[in-house]
Amino acid sequence: MTEYARIKPPLGHDNAWWWEMADKGKLGIQRCLGCKTLRHPPRPMCGECRSMEWDAVESSGRGVICSYTILTHPKFPGYEYPLIIILVDLEEGTRMTSQLVDCQPDEVDFDLPVEMVIHEDPDGFRLPVFRLRSAD
Amino acid sequence: MPVSLKNEAAIAGIGVTEFTKNSGVSELSLAAQCVVAACDDAGVDPGDIDGLVSFTLDSTDEIELARAVGAGDLTFYSKINYGGGAAVGTIAQAAMAVATGQASNVVCYRAMNGRSGKRMGQGISGDIISSDIIHWSWYMAYGMLNPGSWIAMIANKYMHKYGVTREDLGRVAISQRTHALRNPRAFGYGKPLSMEQYLEAPVIAHPLCLFDFCQETDGGCAILVTSVERALELKQKPAVIRGVTQASTRGQEQMTSFYREELESLPEMELAAARVYAMAGLGPDDIDAACLYDAFTSEIIMQLESFGFCGRGEGKDMVRDGALDIDGRLPNNTHGGLISEAYIHGINNIAEGVRLIRGESTGQPSKAVEHVLVSSGVGVPTGAMILGQA
Repeated sequence: MTEYARIKPPLGHDNAWWWEMADKGKLGIQRCLGCKTLRHPPRPMCGECRSMEWDAVESSGRGVICSYTILTHPKFPGYEYPLIIILVDLEEGTRMTSQLVDCQPDEVDFDLPVEMVIHEDPDGFRLPVFRLRSAD
Repeated sequence: MPVSLKNEAAIAGIGVTEFTKNSGVSELSLAAQCVVAACDDAGVDPGDIDGLVSFTLDSTDEIELARAVGAGDLTFYSKINYGGGAAVGTIAQAAMAVATGQASNVVCYRAMNGRSGKRMGQGISGDIISSDIIHWSWYMAYGMLNPGSWIAMIANKYMHKYGVTREDLGRVAISQRTHALRNPRAFGYGKPLSMEQYLEAPVIAHPLCLFDFCQETDGGCAILVTSVERALELKQKPAVIRGVTQASTRGQEQMTSFYREELESLPEMELAAARVYAMAGLGPDDIDAACLYDAFTSEIIMQLESFGFCGRGEGKDMVRDGALDIDGRLPNNTHGGLISEAYIHGINNIAEGVRLIRGESTGQPSKAVEHVLVSSGVGVPTGAMILGQA
């Protein structure tokens, strides 16, 4: 365990399953069993039909960049800067916040296609991140 | 018949401490100082305070403050969540308490060692499991830990869609710094800002640079709310509350409402606008000056659209036309705002709204000021208020 590791997400009933999927290399999306609506970030109840029954589907991991920011200051231990944070519109229709890797700050732009890859920290923590992909 | 808060309450006193980067005193001390200052301003004995409202983020509990200032019986006290989104919400609580007879002298306060103590920019950590912490969990692991990063994500999308440039953000920063040059309380007093300086400043969270960020401040600010009738008998010219509301909308998150279909507008601020205009029976054309919440410059341009001062995507054009300047269409944050006066979580913007109604701002426009619009935090559950003449 390195002294300077990224902050781990606090885990509770409503989000731990997503990180467990990520640890297995999968990008999860919560699906309501009542009305089949996909939702992210996960919540215990469906805001459309109020069902509390849900399962998870595995995303293709493909999407496009909805928005982004490039963080340069302050530099928190456990992260590499400049740090490119993106909002990804996934093919399945949900949106998520993640990191863009293997990309220079001047290469990132709106609407670029991206694909999910699993990043593993030196301490073994795994999380879904994205890299640029060629258009379909 | 619904009860309206229109003309039911007024702001009779405002109080501020000195604004510094290291107060050397406790937050309770700052709170007590600004609350007594608001009472002195109004001509109310602090012993007559019977209601207190603050922010959940404020470390000073109501009864600690009450003992410190020698208040007696309290019959109303509450705290509002969501950081700067609470600012106008505290006034809404106070106005409701006054209108319904729960209390007659309600003081809203926020006191913080925001630079020498807990800094907002330090962001989030994962100590306690709550629904709010699970919300933040989606950002922590990715290093999106502080307000600049969250606001930058929306600002970048908005600027991309409407062709807003860094110079436009710079115009907001410079306009408010120019106001601060007239305000001895302000951090920006004696520190003019040029477009060259603005553009050369380090980028912190693309597209936002140093001067797009608000201050971090040690200080306190308090607002005394009472009935209009009583306010008319006190020392100062009352600032009458024409309309006030809180506002949160579907899909609302705290700072990270990234999952709505459209990211280039502020639905919670549009709700606040619709409600305060309806309550006051006024529209954007009736507003003479504003104190729009300004933790970041981009928020000002977006709010010009939310409050109907221009159409979607036209906020930048108003800024380019000098609308925010002292002689402009909508003189804004004439004290310097959170960006150039002090960051007291928006309560100091309410105090400036009161000064504008009294005609006592250091940045008082030469035109008559009948109505001032004040808003709460951007990107969070928020609120808005219209102040008017008695």
